[in-house]
Amino acid sequence: MDTTKNLQQQKKPFDFMKWLKSRKGQQMVVIITFMFVPLLLLAVFTYFPFVEMFKFSFYKMKYIGDREYVGLDNYKQVFERKDCFSALKLSLYYMGGSVVQLSLALYFATLLSFKTKLGNFFKGTMFFPFLINGIAIGFIFKFFYTRGFVFDTVLQWCGFNLDHLPYWLQNQSINNISLVGASIWRYFGQNMVLFIGAIMSVDAQMYEAAELDGANKCQQFKYIIMPSIKTIIVLNMILSITGSLSSFEIPFVVTGGNNGTGTYFVIMNKIAHVTQKVGLASAMAIVLLAIILVATLLQKLFFKYFFNDGTEDNAKVKKSRKKNLEGAN
Amino acid sequence: MTIIQKIKRYVGIFLKYFSLVFFAFVSLVPVVSCVITAFKTDKEYASTNVMVLPKNWFNFDNFMTAWDRANMGLAFLNSFIILACVLAGSIMIGSMLAYVLNRFKFPGNGLVRNLFLFATLLPGVAMQVSVYKIMTNFNLINSIPGYIILMMGTDVISIYVFIQFFENIPVSLDESAIIDGCSYFGVFFKILLPLLKPAIITCMILKGVATYNEYYMANLYLQDKSKFVVVATSLYTFTGPMGNKYNLICAGLLITLLPALIIFIACQKQIYSGLTNGAVKG
Repeated sequence: MDTTKNLQQQKKPFDFMKWLKSRKGQQMVVIITFMFVPLLLLAVFTYFPFVEMFKFSFYKMKYIGDREYVGLDNYKQVFERKDCFSALKLSLYYMGGSVVQLSLALYFATLLSFKTKLGNFFKGTMFFPFLINGIAIGFIFKFFYTRGFVFDTVLQWCGFNLDHLPYWLQNQSINNISLVGASIWRYFGQNMVLFIGAIMSVDAQMYEAAELDGANKCQQFKYIIMPSIKTIIVLNMILSITGSLSSFEIPFVVTGGNNGTGTYFVIMNKIAHVTQKVGLASAMAIVLLAIILVATLLQKLFFKYFFNDGTEDNAKVKKSRKKNLEGAN
Repeated sequence: MTIIQKIKRYVGIFLKYFSLVFFAFVSLVPVVSCVITAFKTDKEYASTNVMVLPKNWFNFDNFMTAWDRANMGLAFLNSFIILACVLAGSIMIGSMLAYVLNRFKFPGNGLVRNLFLFATLLPGVAMQVSVYKIMTNFNLINSIPGYIILMMGTDVISIYVFIQFFENIPVSLDESAIIDGCSYFGVFFKILLPLLKPAIITCMILKGVATYNEYYMANLYLQDKSKFVVVATSLYTFTGPMGNKYNLICAGLLITLLPALIIFIACQKQIYSGLTNGAVKG
């Protein structure tokens, strides 16, 4: 960069200095200086690793040492290995969980956006788990689900007999549901806060008008709340597909992926950092990325064909505003 | 009719509060059980049910032991340094990039936006397979500066928050300053940056929570737990042989929760609105 600048200066120094002082030149300087660091970081930590990962996926290799080209073998293994494929199936549990999570969030968001006694307290208690760090959550739920500990005690209060209760983290028919429960506990408050934000953005006069017209709460929900937040609901539903494929921290910390609770990322982490099959892990990552891309594409199509009404207007307004502001793009 | 309506109303109210109380209970029980256990002595913990209240609510021994064992003084110091640097860095990077992308048209503007957009789709944990190799090559494993740069470099949310915010600041403001003889740098640092305060708070909250709680990356890149322990990884001490001493573990995890709880109670409103603002990026 410097050398080219110098060259230009030597050829016609006067012109360049003038250009540098002009508005255009100043703009160029700002653009380059302000974009240099972010783009460098993006290249080094996102795109370079991405390209590298793509390359790794065709090799049999470890972090250190020789590597051997194996073609598509790693990809075949992703679908043939039992642990990888069952991990993909396991994410169905988490998808089911996210449906429960979103409906809970929607239900409480609706309740709490109307006048509620102690509303802030309820909102706060349900949201707070989101602020707890992953490993603490892991310990909390290890403790919570241990035989005869918190969960069992609470159930005994409700009249269950300890002998009839399963081992929540060992029993393979139920342990994934226990973990999904922990995941719902952690995230549903956050979804709820997002939904409340969306509901609150509706003009309060709409509710007043509806009430004057004799609409009850159910009708208000159906005709005012739902239309105004369906975009964010669908967005969250599709995000939950990616989310459930990449669920990681809770199974990683609570069970370490044992007893058939290894989600895709847990298995991948094990393959990458414990057994150091870097090529296979890279192939797994690429497969996951492909699935995520397909999901995102579906989301785009879905929005295009099913939400033409409200969202398109918004998009148009946004676009015209953007054009006014910058003219770019 | 009116009686039926009244009954309906009361049943509705009852159901509403019943479900609220029930789920507040569900949200609280796991944490409350930890609080109860954290105050128990070893003997008490071994002999009583986990939900039986401790005899002495001022028994802080577990907290002290946990603090020492998990080296939490150092953990909090490291976490604080990391948090301060990452926040300052990603706010500067995010706001500067957003300024350029929002205010200037130049070839490549759309491309840069799309590059950042695509980066959000790449799954973070999956990318670590190759990022780990790069960090090894740069010799940045077990290095706090390296970890800070990494956390700054993988930040996309704040850029969106800032771009959105810039759209609502009129361009005429920049122009009048330029006519008055201000340079573009001056416009950004003297005029726009102070106006970005709400967006900065939003970013601090989103990025702050994510950084403070980041466990996986910290565990992977700051492996030497005796020197480079952070709050999120400090609890790791309690896995293995100490994995059954839940009174100690609970005390330790409550210590890590405390800062989050205090900040949450103090800035509830900003956290909610920050989260909502951050989510509209789509």
